[in-house]
Amino acid sequence: MLWRGWSRGIRLLLGTCVVVLLGLPETHAVIETYQFSSAELEQRYRMLSQELRCPKCQNQNIADSNAPIARDLRAELARQLERGANDEEILAFMVERYGEFVRYRPEVNDQTLVLWIGPWLLLLLGAGIVLRSVRRSGEGPQGDANAITAARGALRKRLHEQETE
Amino acid sequence: MSRLKLFLPLLAFVALAGLLYRGLALDPTALPSARLGSALPNFNLTELHSEELLSPSQMPDGPYLLNVWATWCYSCRVEHAFLRDLSDRGVAIIGLNYKDDRAAAQQWLADLGDPYGLTLFDPQGTLGLDLGVYGAPETYVIDQQGAVAYRHVGIVDEQVWERTLSRYWGEP
Repeated sequence: MLWRGWSRGIRLLLGTCVVVLLGLPETHAVIETYQFSSAELEQRYRMLSQELRCPKCQNQNIADSNAPIARDLRAELARQLERGANDEEILAFMVERYGEFVRYRPEVNDQTLVLWIGPWLLLLLGAGIVLRSVRRSGEGPQGDANAITAARGALRKRLHEQETE
Repeated sequence: MSRLKLFLPLLAFVALAGLLYRGLALDPTALPSARLGSALPNFNLTELHSEELLSPSQMPDGPYLLNVWATWCYSCRVEHAFLRDLSDRGVAIIGLNYKDDRAAAQQWLADLGDPYGLTLFDPQGTLGLDLGVYGAPETYVIDQQGAVAYRHVGIVDEQVWERTLSRYWGEP
């Protein structure tokens, strides 16, 4: 009887929690939206805002960032898209003001060359080292196997000698 | 020869350690202005007090500091006293009131003192955007040729002035 009262109380409490939680306003950050005249512009907006880097919060793109400057750059991006600027013009506009830094895929030049080819060079170097060490130890396992067989033979022979003694 | 080869890992380690040690002294967030060496971008902004329309041609001869500030910016309040000090020492400072309210900005300067020879009022942040400002406070050095010579992001204090900014003023 007592148990039934408890369980009813708990059920009531849980129900209240659910109702309260459902009623709470959504609290996640809302990033403003822009209305574009065509789906193509919206697509380009999404692509460019993900490719442009926020100068203030340096490891986020402007689509993800809540910093005031990211909001300003998104507004500028939307304005230029609606004005009919192409991607190159928009990127050039941003780079002129904030440097190659604002692009997650910077242009290949003498300053960014190491970013572009560095990883490939390291990969090549690693592959070279692995290849060399594999080739060098090519005879190794075979030689070891022979040695093991020989040792096994010797052991067996000694065991046999001990048993027959 | 093959003996010397044994030292290769050690050499590689020393080189890497040197590189990383140097990295300790670098500020990874430092971002030089993209406008270095070029003239101020064109603008048409009003003066904060007189509401007179100003363009780059009305800027004084360099060197001067262009200080980006706003009343909503707490750090600007912190650096303000030092800017007044600099101004008293004869360093020309132009203010760029960035994305702010005119009345609030005027009140702020009335309360805290006005170190600026001129203050550009940029409520939309248009000159800010053209200059590559990404937050306040930022301080630019404009040299004798009217070109952007240096950008400092953050508070300007005695140390920043001594170490970097003052060199553009030559020997005192």
